[in-house]
Amino acid sequence: MKKTYKIEVDCANCALKMEDAANKTAGVNKAVVNFMTQKMTVEFEESADEKAVMKTVLKSCKRVEDDCEIYF
Amino acid sequence: MTKKQKKMLVRIILSSALMIGLAFLPIEGAARFILYLIPYLIIGYDILKKAVKGILNRQVFNESFLMATATIGAMIIGAAENGDYVEAIAVMLFYQVGELFQSYAVGKSRRSISELMDIRPDHANVEEGGELKMVSPDELAIGTVITVQPGEKIPIDGIVIEGCSSLNTSALTGESLPHDVSEGDEVLSGCINVSGVLKIRTTKEFGESTASKILDLVENASSRKSRSENFISRFAKIYTPAVCFSALALSVIPPLFTVLFLEGSGNWSEWIYRALSFLVASCPCALVISIPLSFFAAIGGASKEGILVKGSNYLEALAQTDHVVLDKTGTLTRGVFEVTAIYPNKLSRDKLIEYAALAEIASSHPIAKGLQRAYGSTLDRSRVNEIKETSGNGVTAIVDGRSVAVGNDKLMETLGIAHVACTDVGTVVHIAIDNEYAGCVVISDVLKPSSAKAISELKKLGIKKTVMLTGDSKAAADEVADSLGIDKTYSELLPHEKVSKLEELICAKSKKTKLAFVGDGINDAPVLSRADIGIAMGAIGSDAAIEAADVVLMDDDPLKIAKAIRISRRCLRIVHQNIGFAISIKLLSLVFVCLGAADMWIAIFADVGVMVLAVLNAIRTSFVKKS
Repeated sequence: MKKTYKIEVDCANCALKMEDAANKTAGVNKAVVNFMTQKMTVEFEESADEKAVMKTVLKSCKRVEDDCEIYF
Repeated sequence: MTKKQKKMLVRIILSSALMIGLAFLPIEGAARFILYLIPYLIIGYDILKKAVKGILNRQVFNESFLMATATIGAMIIGAAENGDYVEAIAVMLFYQVGELFQSYAVGKSRRSISELMDIRPDHANVEEGGELKMVSPDELAIGTVITVQPGEKIPIDGIVIEGCSSLNTSALTGESLPHDVSEGDEVLSGCINVSGVLKIRTTKEFGESTASKILDLVENASSRKSRSENFISRFAKIYTPAVCFSALALSVIPPLFTVLFLEGSGNWSEWIYRALSFLVASCPCALVISIPLSFFAAIGGASKEGILVKGSNYLEALAQTDHVVLDKTGTLTRGVFEVTAIYPNKLSRDKLIEYAALAEIASSHPIAKGLQRAYGSTLDRSRVNEIKETSGNGVTAIVDGRSVAVGNDKLMETLGIAHVACTDVGTVVHIAIDNEYAGCVVISDVLKPSSAKAISELKKLGIKKTVMLTGDSKAAADEVADSLGIDKTYSELLPHEKVSKLEELICAKSKKTKLAFVGDGINDAPVLSRADIGIAMGAIGSDAAIEAADVVLMDDDPLKIAKAIRISRRCLRIVHQNIGFAISIKLLSLVFVCLGAADMWIAIFADVGVMVLAVLNAIRTSFVKKS
């Protein structure tokens, strides 16, 4: 399953860090953060619960970049 | 400006006003420190907060940490030595000005580029009880009749059932000539209705319509990252910790060295100051922001010209292209058969075409269509009787009471009619009337008017080899290749042979360069996906082509191939400029700081200045030269 979320992040470097953090989250197969369009595309692993995974993604993103937001 | 940006602007103004005001107050000691702390905190509190949070989250090395350490250090040195706090505040101030500029510039270019690509229709009009009602196009089922007023965008693909108008397709194709439509014509979403009211029966759902698909494609394009972007993200990951440790080493090793071996005082505060300036100068933001911005801007600029690039990686590959392989039919030629020569025996040219067209009236063969088009006016079906079609040979019919035979050599031979052999390139159609030879007509595919220029433009760009692949006969292929100046031609190829030919070409060229294949996308899908870069042309409305290709040319003008390559090269040039420029200025200022030749002021100027220049340079990629 692949889904795209709107995000809010101020700097390109922070977007890179978010991408890194999201990719390390369990249940995420591959995450791509597009700073220019302010979007995050997440490919979930099979049998992953989207909402629960996104909650952890947001949490780990907040850890690396406090000033970010993911709308899901 | 957003709310966040406005707030930042107020903070910048407030803090600089306070800083200037304080310079006139003759206060010394602790009171001075506390007073200067006010503008420092106004401008820097969020940076300090972020730095602390970073440490708590064990994500120490970020920009905020660099700035916080540098400025706190400068404040402490100020308190300990000369009471100069301006430097710390100014560094923070410049940093924030830079950040504000960056977020403003990026936001602005993001918006303007999105606007360029904004072909998403926001509403559709549906007639209900004699009144037009505005609804969201999302909700409409296939087959709904919608009304499009002059000046509105067509929201969903469909067929015109009432009205005629001209459409502005420039948002889709970059082509500014209006396109006339009337009842029965297919129309694509994203076009702007210029003159008349149109009633359209939709044939697709909103999400499947051309406009939605294109938008989706362009928006996702910058998610496919190029090698340069990946290089920068890897670079940034090792860079920041490396810089922090170097700064630490700079503050400890030289003074320790002087104390231990040279028996000096060590001059600790001087080296700490240099280390702090080193931190300030090292921010990697110029690089990190300008590279994706360049690609995004170039993709946006290209799509405005009707060139859709499906990813930054393809843009990069396109710039390295030196072999261009082209399909013939539909790419270099128009793919429609036209009468190119008429050789009548006794009749007038018009009469000959008239008889031929009438005899072929029932046929839907491309050659028959070509004859009918050449005749021009409407054909009267009642003049024709007893049509007999011999597959692969031709047609016999009774036209105006006379027996007419239209077909190839074989047909003439079976009818026992002596005919003249024709040496023209193309398909030769013989015509006999009342069993007597009446002449022949040559039908062939014609070149697009811009094909020759397109090939010479490619050569001008330094494309080493242009190759044409076609399923057509050798004679026809060679004629086209000669008139266009194509280097190599492979003819009479079946579709799967095209793929193997392409593979041979890919193996034969040097590994560093790329090979692009250009096709019309209808039957070239396997070749398109096999090439390093597949360019589909005239692909508007053809989903299979958009799927298989990496670059999609919305209209069928072959000149756009050279234009796409030019845009990609320019983008890559700007990306390389930015990488080279930013890294060299960074390294230079780092060296100067280490040597003590540059203070914190110069460090912050180098940082913010490089960033501003890199961002402005990146935005340049979205301007595409009209040609």
